[in-house]
Amino acid sequence: MILATTTSTYDTGLLDALIPPFSTRTGVNVKVIAVGSGQALAMAARGEADLVLTHAPEAEARFMERGHGLLRRRMMYNDFVLVGPPTDPAGVRRSSDVRKALASIQRSGSTFASRADESGTHMMEQKLWYSTGLEPPSGSSYLETGQGMAATLRVASQKRAYTLTDRGTFLAQKHVLDLEILVEGDPALQNIYHLIVVNPENGPRVNVDGAKSLARYLLGEKVLRQVGEFGRDRYGQPLFIPDAELYSEP
Amino acid sequence: MQLILEAIREAGSRLLSPDSDLLSATWRTLQVSGTATFISLLLGVPSGVALALYRFPGRIFIVALINTGMGLPPVVVGLFVMLLLWRSGPFGALELLYTPSAMVIAQTLIALPVVAGLSLAALQSLPARLRLQLQALGASTLQTAWLLSREARLPLLAALMAGFGAVISEVGASLMVGGNLRGSTRVLTTAVVLEASKGNFASGIALGLVLLVLAYAINDVLTRLQQRGRERKS
Repeated sequence: MILATTTSTYDTGLLDALIPPFSTRTGVNVKVIAVGSGQALAMAARGEADLVLTHAPEAEARFMERGHGLLRRRMMYNDFVLVGPPTDPAGVRRSSDVRKALASIQRSGSTFASRADESGTHMMEQKLWYSTGLEPPSGSSYLETGQGMAATLRVASQKRAYTLTDRGTFLAQKHVLDLEILVEGDPALQNIYHLIVVNPENGPRVNVDGAKSLARYLLGEKVLRQVGEFGRDRYGQPLFIPDAELYSEP
Repeated sequence: MQLILEAIREAGSRLLSPDSDLLSATWRTLQVSGTATFISLLLGVPSGVALALYRFPGRIFIVALINTGMGLPPVVVGLFVMLLLWRSGPFGALELLYTPSAMVIAQTLIALPVVAGLSLAALQSLPARLRLQLQALGASTLQTAWLLSREARLPLLAALMAGFGAVISEVGASLMVGGNLRGSTRVLTTAVVLEASKGNFASGIALGLVLLVLAYAINDVLTRLQQRGRERKS
């Protein structure tokens, strides 16, 4: 079966830790395809994936409204943080309002690196720009990488740009970056991950039983404990915080 | 600079005690690229020879197509194969997407034009008189093709090496149709992409070194074969 997921759950190594025990126990071969949330949902809508794990609440809600998903359950969260060069040319350090921080970045003409790839992070960034009442910046100070989070962080680091990132990927990449967390803790920055079991009517050969059993496993107590501990030994704090809805079928 | 030195040092220690991930990616690389090159050899050399020896309507069109194919971008091949192998695509029932077989298909499509195009060039570089002499001596069509291919074996080996070089270094198609699954469709090039995206540059360099050593070892063997043939011939 195919689990389509966002790059952040994969690049951090979380799924490499969670999936193999499931495969061993059940004999179900799980293929984890790491793409942006937008692409994962697009694959699932055509029945090219059986289960998705994404962090794009609005896009997921639209997906469910169109009847593409059988059930959607919250699994865990972490948060987005605004990172930037230690010199902080826009002076946003320790701001508690990410919208104001983005406005100062734009006003000061500082460089901002965007994923620009329809990922969950990119959708969040777009939402924040529009909620500032401003258009997202354009021109030479807005770098559209079209790449994953880790690659975009490296571009931001090399170009002394600000960028929006999920905390997990930033912590995992920090050792090769010249970037610091400048804005965090704004409730608008919450990053929630949901599991969606794909509707078998989306296409031929959707493995709905496999998807249900993997979803039940991932929302189980043992896995959630593992999620809460994941990364604590290496980064001093967990990369994801389990906050699961109970597995139930409608 | 320090990062580079550190990376090389770590790469060295990873190479001295290879883990199962490294071994599996290396083995998969050899298996997938080797199979794809072998299939391209079986299909590409006869097509190249046939195109060199026979004239038929549409021949120029096919040759131009092959010449274009020699520069085919792997990502385009990957996209094309992926669309065919989707569950909802024409070959969806085979469930081949994200398997090593899918990678073999894509890499064969990349290597085939290279092998066929260079085989064609190899045969055409033989003196035209040779073919006339063979036919005057009473050789059948197949015999002529066989004897001329023997005569062109050195440039044919070069065609093989070029085809292998194209696929072992390719990453776009393998990533798309293979999915870079650990222990299954992860080859050395896709592993380098993953390690770099994780920020593990040392591992990336180690994998890159393995790839270089592998490519060198195989080309070394083929070159020896080729040059030995040359000495015998002169």
